[in-house]
Amino acid sequence: MENEKQLEQFEAKINADSKIEPKDWMPEDYRKHLIRQISQHAHSEIIGMQPEGNWITRSPSLRAKLILLAKIQDEAGHGLYLYSSCETLGISREELIEQLHTGKAKYSTIFNYPVLTWADVGAIGWLVDGAAIVNQISLQRTSYGPYSRAMVRICKEESFHQRQGYEIMGKLAKGTAEQKEMAQDAINRLWWPTLMMFGPHDADSAHTGKAMKWKIKRETNDELRQRFIDKTVQQAEIIGLTVPDPELKWNAEKNKYDHGKIDWEEFKRVVNGDGPCNKKRMDNHLKAHNEGAWVREAATAYAAKQVKEEVVG
Amino acid sequence: MSNVKDSQWPLWEVFVQASPGIPHKHVGSVHAPDKQMAMQNARDLYTRRSEGISIWVVPAEAIVASNPDDSDMLFEPSNDKVYRHPTFYVMPEGSKNI
Amino acid sequence: MTKQEALFNYCLRLGDNSLILGHRLSEWSSKAPIIEEDLALTNMALDLIGRSVALLKYAAEAEGKGHSEDDLAYRRPERKFYNNLLVEQPNGDFAVTIVRQFFNSTFEFLLYEELTKSKDATIAGIAAKTIKEIKYHLRHATDWMLRLGDGTPESHLRVQNALNDLWMFSDELFEMNEVDEILIKEGIAVDLTTLKTNWEKRINEVILEATLIVPTSTFMQTGSRQGIHSEYLGYIIAEMQYLQRAYPDAKW
Repeated sequence: MENEKQLEQFEAKINADSKIEPKDWMPEDYRKHLIRQISQHAHSEIIGMQPEGNWITRSPSLRAKLILLAKIQDEAGHGLYLYSSCETLGISREELIEQLHTGKAKYSTIFNYPVLTWADVGAIGWLVDGAAIVNQISLQRTSYGPYSRAMVRICKEESFHQRQGYEIMGKLAKGTAEQKEMAQDAINRLWWPTLMMFGPHDADSAHTGKAMKWKIKRETNDELRQRFIDKTVQQAEIIGLTVPDPELKWNAEKNKYDHGKIDWEEFKRVVNGDGPCNKKRMDNHLKAHNEGAWVREAATAYAAKQVKEEVVG
Repeated sequence: MSNVKDSQWPLWEVFVQASPGIPHKHVGSVHAPDKQMAMQNARDLYTRRSEGISIWVVPAEAIVASNPDDSDMLFEPSNDKVYRHPTFYVMPEGSKNI
Repeated sequence: MTKQEALFNYCLRLGDNSLILGHRLSEWSSKAPIIEEDLALTNMALDLIGRSVALLKYAAEAEGKGHSEDDLAYRRPERKFYNNLLVEQPNGDFAVTIVRQFFNSTFEFLLYEELTKSKDATIAGIAAKTIKEIKYHLRHATDWMLRLGDGTPESHLRVQNALNDLWMFSDELFEMNEVDEILIKEGIAVDLTTLKTNWEKRINEVILEATLIVPTSTFMQTGSRQGIHSEYLGYIIAEMQYLQRAYPDAKW
């Protein structure tokens, strides 16, 4: 059986920590899992521009405005790196976007929460980007070459994002009483949704098994979530903010924090469309996509005319 | 693989030279309807942090890639041609600059 | 008006043009026709807002009242903003944004090329850095004028409409007042009347190549040199200044 031999060779490569490249043979499940994971990651970058984008025009200083704009632009760039690497699996960006619009493809649930205050912008950078970085650092070692290369590039660029958020939170926490209240309110609302970003507990995660075996994912949801909690709690303490989890406690024996229960019912509701901003985010994306159709068509038509002229001329 | 009409423009592969004297290196791809915009998009996407001094963009469909199934045939025959490497040769003791 | 006062006002004008246009372009974030273009538009917004920082900082220096560039951006009322009416016009569809970019970048290309020779070293320095950015903005806008003008019937119609709609803001770009007079004598400012023929020539060339028609309407809007704007500016200012106005004692 050709297939079995190919599968054997494929798994030998994975076991040897060698990268899989686009033209290499790969099991259909591997390809499907990658498309699902990379496109979800790409869509998250693109949809993730919207919540913070709310605040570009309202940034409280020119410096803050430049930083926020550059950061959101980076996210567009990261979306492109990821679409790029997903396209090497033989699926077009058009199809990926269509899957987003039909709901077949998902994006991170965190972006379905509203960004209500300037402190929320800080909390997104600090918590949400902080969580994303934990995941992305791990994914630099993913087995698929183009995905791994995109992650390396993204990690290099993202390092300023979390600092930007933490700096905003630090300034607010040191500021007026109103500012400090704003900062605490932001962490109160965004802490739990951030923990949900890592996905269900390992025991309940449908995709973890194969993804780990094929080294698409290198660490489990719970391992990554724990790493995030352990480093973030200390950062909150330094700037005098409190993590809204009464059960949070240092466990000296296990050398990590124990934390309270995550509301997975809420997670499921938001994944399945019933979050505060699901509809708004998708409507905005669709609107921009549809309103841009005539522009994309015009550029295509113009390019075709130029090629014709070159041939004729 | 699907009949969706592509409205995202053709794909171009991007190569960036980081500094003078070193080769252009593949960095990823962009979508663009024509070469001018492919160049501008590549500049905006891949040199936001002064990563380059020169860019090449190539239509993705113009790239011919070797087939991994042919790897044995293409690359293994050169493995035993050790005489192509300078270390293969034994030089008289004491000889210099060779 | 003293030379210092003129310099203050001149830098505000240059800085406000960058700030307000940067604001408008930043509104495109997440809304562009394709992600690559989202990056292009916000890249230009970054160039413009970055330039406004340098110019408003220098304006504050010329004013000599200990203000910062942020004070000038965030605590000035709309009647004291001096940007051209053109740059505060809403983004509209992509064609309107491109025509606005095309008019403005062509103008700024000519203006800043001259400003690199300004006798004021700070302005000349800012201009030398800026001209490289503007060249890129101009190429972006010109390429898109051609694509939209000679693209599809729909894009042709949209970009022609945009040309017709924004034409009435074109004359004001070249308007001068006492500020210009004082600073031209000092070799600091540019005589805008000398730029107009060249601007028209460049604009006409591109419009014709794009198979479009140069608008002929003669009605022209004006007012920004006196701080009299279209109704749109007030909303831009309200949004931009919201946090600083709502929490006057806070530092961000």
